[in-house]
Amino acid sequence: MSSELHQLTLAGMQQAMQSGDASSRELTMSCLQRINALNPTLNAMLLVDEDGALASADAADAVRAAGDAGALTGLPMAHKDIFCTEGLPTTCASRMLENFVAPYDATVTTRLKEAGMVMVAKANMDEFAMGSSNENSYFGAVGNPWNADYVPGGSSGGSAAAVAARMVPAATATDTGGSIRQPAAFCGITGIKPTYGRVSRYGMIAFASSLDQGGVVATTAEDCALMLGAMCGFDERDSTSSDRAVPDFSDSLNQSIKGLRIGLPEEYFGDGLDAQVADAVQAGIKELEALGASVTSIKLPNQHLCIPAYYVIAPAEASSNLSRFDGVRFGHRCENPVDLEDLYKRSRQEGFGAEVVRRILIGTYTLSAGYYDAYYKKAQQIRRLISNDFDTAFESVDVILGPTTPSPAFKRGEKSDDPVAMYLNDLYTVSANLSGLPGLSMPCGFANDMPVGMQVVGQAFDEARILAVAHQFQQATDWHSKMPAAV
Amino acid sequence: MALTPDEVRSIAHLARLGVDDDTVTEMAAELSSVLALVEQLNSVDTTGVEPMAHPDSVQLRLRADIVSEENRREALQRPAPSSQDGFFLVPRVVE
Repeated sequence: MSSELHQLTLAGMQQAMQSGDASSRELTMSCLQRINALNPTLNAMLLVDEDGALASADAADAVRAAGDAGALTGLPMAHKDIFCTEGLPTTCASRMLENFVAPYDATVTTRLKEAGMVMVAKANMDEFAMGSSNENSYFGAVGNPWNADYVPGGSSGGSAAAVAARMVPAATATDTGGSIRQPAAFCGITGIKPTYGRVSRYGMIAFASSLDQGGVVATTAEDCALMLGAMCGFDERDSTSSDRAVPDFSDSLNQSIKGLRIGLPEEYFGDGLDAQVADAVQAGIKELEALGASVTSIKLPNQHLCIPAYYVIAPAEASSNLSRFDGVRFGHRCENPVDLEDLYKRSRQEGFGAEVVRRILIGTYTLSAGYYDAYYKKAQQIRRLISNDFDTAFESVDVILGPTTPSPAFKRGEKSDDPVAMYLNDLYTVSANLSGLPGLSMPCGFANDMPVGMQVVGQAFDEARILAVAHQFQQATDWHSKMPAAV
Repeated sequence: MALTPDEVRSIAHLARLGVDDDTVTEMAAELSSVLALVEQLNSVDTTGVEPMAHPDSVQLRLRADIVSEENRREALQRPAPSSQDGFFLVPRVVE
């Protein structure tokens, strides 16, 4: 059994520890061995903290022996390398932060540490969270465990690949335009982006401050609920943190979905949707109907403007957030700067990769004098319309369902020459970020032997409901328990 | 909206980002294709629509004006490329 411990879910590992079948140390060792074996091929992890992990595991075992174990005590996990972890490198997969050792813990880091989770590694990602394929990492691309020639999605590609490959049962991730949900779909796992404001952004290196949210990837909705619960909650250090009470997501997983009203946006099922993805999602919808949910067609009339609006707003906010990387207080500094301007320009040119540079330039342009109204203000008005579309839809349905992505994972290199083609991966995901709503992706089938994900979007602060929908689906189907044969 | 290499240089200057002459043409083409994508925003009349800067759930909080964070200058300054006596060092600015 010991060699297969890494295949257990968080819930399975919890049970193993509770029954005495495995210690946190044994679970952690199993994950470390798995990472050693697979990371050379997949490149999912940037840093493995073996000593720290074993020390945490031993401490967790001691807490359990003393009778003080909580739900998450001793469970191994990984952090996307966007969360500050004190004393350890936190790179955002960028040359800019290659040697940055975080001087403090992110709130997410602190909360999961206090809950007793064992951090095993920092996961690879697209640089500064900008990307949909994890091909934009300064430390090399990540492979999809289902087929290493294919991308795992992004920007949380490392987190998703690690979980799909059973390197760790769960990992933190972040989502600004789909960066949790899209890699979860591409890797055949479950991922949730909560409502904006649920998870503190303190210590979570910023890309687009009005869109970024921390969340979880795991193999099941049950595991997502468990971990997300410990991450959510008011944080006075994040001025956008919500003080809304956080329900116990695990408690409500079994709430019946009989009579649940599911809305299917017509715009999600038109041209551009891969036929096999459509089939897998339609089969998923039938399953939910069999569980008692009712399905109606709805309209999201401004859906076609989501990508344009996002690719003005996100780069604009990024250009502002990334202006702090100037070679002065932290991060990469160029050699022998002749003056201040040279210091800024060369440090930034050397530190940032191509996609990051593209987005900073787009953002700078759309915020500049003479263009602000035509682009940024216009995009914010479109954002309002997109959000209003959801408000209208939720007057008649409880949740909104559709494909997570228009197509399954593509081959590495296939879209990296065409930024706009890459951006279209986010077609169904950006609207949840623009409107601040919670979204979840769950596996529902395969297309060309690669996983397909189905997305549920809920009303603000209704994570419990979308987790319940996913959990009920996973009680009736087994897509979530399939493991890549390739690894 | 097609951008010229000179426009890209101006934008890069605003962003204090160095750009090389051998990549600026390609950058101009890529940025132009992104701008073409976002042109679609103009297809909808948004007169009178209130811009949305962040989700509606966000409300700016106020707190009491008291010191609540400890001084951690030494630890927080440790990642600096160049510092001395609590100051960050940069190339001479004032002659």
